[in-house]
Amino acid sequence: MRSIGYLLTHYDVLGAFGVNLQLTAWSVLFSLVLGIILVLLRICPVRSLRLFATGFVNLFQNLPLTIVMVFLLLGAFVQLRFQFSSNFSTNFFWFAVTGLSLYTSAFVCESIRSGINTVPLGQAEAARSLGLGFFQSATLVILPQAVRGSVAPLGNTLIALLKNSTVASAAAVSTETSSLMNTMIQYNASSIVSVFLIFALGYVILIIPIGLLTTWLSNKLAVRR
Amino acid sequence: MTDSPRTSSANMPQTGSTTVQSATTKKKLGPVLVQLQHVNKWYGDLHVLKDVNLTVRKGEVVVMLGPSGSGKSTTCRTINRLERIDSGTILIDGKKLPQEGKALQKLRQSVGMVFQSYNLFAHLTILDNVTLAPRHVLHMPKDQAQKEALELLHRVGVDGQAQKYPAQLSGGQQQRVAIARALAMHPQVMLFDEPTSALDPEMVGEVLNVMTDLAHQGMTMICVTHEMGFARHVADRIVFMADGRVLESESPEEFFEHPKTERAREFQSKILGH
Ligand SMILES: Nc1ncnc2c1ncn2[C@@H]1O[C@H](COP(=O)(O)OP(=O)(O)OP(=O)(O)O)[C@@H](O)[C@H]1O
Ligand SMILES: [Mg+2]
Repeated sequence: MRSIGYLLTHYDVLGAFGVNLQLTAWSVLFSLVLGIILVLLRICPVRSLRLFATGFVNLFQNLPLTIVMVFLLLGAFVQLRFQFSSNFSTNFFWFAVTGLSLYTSAFVCESIRSGINTVPLGQAEAARSLGLGFFQSATLVILPQAVRGSVAPLGNTLIALLKNSTVASAAAVSTETSSLMNTMIQYNASSIVSVFLIFALGYVILIIPIGLLTTWLSNKLAVRR
Repeated sequence: MTDSPRTSSANMPQTGSTTVQSATTKKKLGPVLVQLQHVNKWYGDLHVLKDVNLTVRKGEVVVMLGPSGSGKSTTCRTINRLERIDSGTILIDGKKLPQEGKALQKLRQSVGMVFQSYNLFAHLTILDNVTLAPRHVLHMPKDQAQKEALELLHRVGVDGQAQKYPAQLSGGQQQRVAIARALAMHPQVMLFDEPTSALDPEMVGEVLNVMTDLAHQGMTMICVTHEMGFARHVADRIVFMADGRVLESESPEEFFEHPKTERAREFQSKILGH
């Protein structure tokens, strides 16, 4: 049986996690932006926009991520011949980011919406009575408080995103953790426990700080009433 | 703008025609500023405002009294369209209250509102609470908005708290900041919906003092309150509501000395009786 030390020095474990982290970072960015747009649509006064956002969120919350990825690859890439880049792995990297962002934005939207429920109705009434319009009330008064109230569920969404990045990359990106794990197990079958340990540990190392950070942030940012 | 409206009943006009000339003093009232005409509102099957008519002139201080559930808050909230009405007309400065959109926002700027639960923006400092609307709605430069805000905070007696957050202030201080925040938009009329009801008794006075000063400075005010001292001495007119109707609209002296309706007598004996 090969030692963990051997495995770590002979395979680019750090590099694989690096790709995963990049995938996660871009997806965090896009899913936050898209999630905030979705939540604005879900509470806006225009009925058709509300319906659209509700449909979008329900769809992506209920579809398994693998299905989203497969649809994206089969639909956009194979059928529509859409490419982000002619470079094979760059192209698939951005497909993975797209799928993850679409999927995660639905959960970001719902996390923030749970935060909105913690903001008393009087805050919106005060904003309106001062002459602020819907968009100003939402972005200056409601969302800043809602986001502070939803740091914990947002943190969980983020952790799920990090784990999901392996799923997305399994479907799209060639050089990353899950396929590296496959390769390592293939060639080091006797060390399967060590291989799993390395990857499990890798995720624990990534996820624990996120958990600690969100707990800390959640307390620090909490809106005192 | 005027002398203290507090007068003895000796120099009271004996008529009930209180809409044009305040009954309490020689206080001159301006043109009609707020007018509700045949306003009706339902919550489902519940008819909460029944043909409400109300005329408020510039500089007038109107206190709305009435038993719980009589529609005082609802009336107040329809005036800046926090509640929509089902029929009737509301005019502010001669202009019909718009239904939606930019025009409504414009009109709301001229109507300041103070709530029972203060509703200060919890994530913003006191200073930012007061400057938010002037900066983003009136597009006032930051330093001018801050200068005006500090003056207003001084005026309501909440100096030196500008960088604190609402939760760090007492209820009375928060409510005075809420008044300053509304005043920062230079409203033509101020609505108060039970501004002192959520306060500890020792803080009621400080808020009423600010409101009294405001009244003396000529602000047009519509106040829902259970503070009878304020109603008696500061109001130019008492509007008494019961079951969604305006039953009386009289000078305070007339209302308290000679209530015309049984409901008003009953209400007064409950409030003042013991
Ligand atoms: N959002 C609502 N939905 C349904 N009914 C409501 C709503 N708000 C108020 N009502 C009802 O409308 C009526 C008038 O309420 P309103 O709050 O205007 O009374 P009020 O005179 O302000 O009473 P209070 O002195 O208790 O504040 C009451 O019967 C109340 O139950
Ligand atoms: Mg009320």
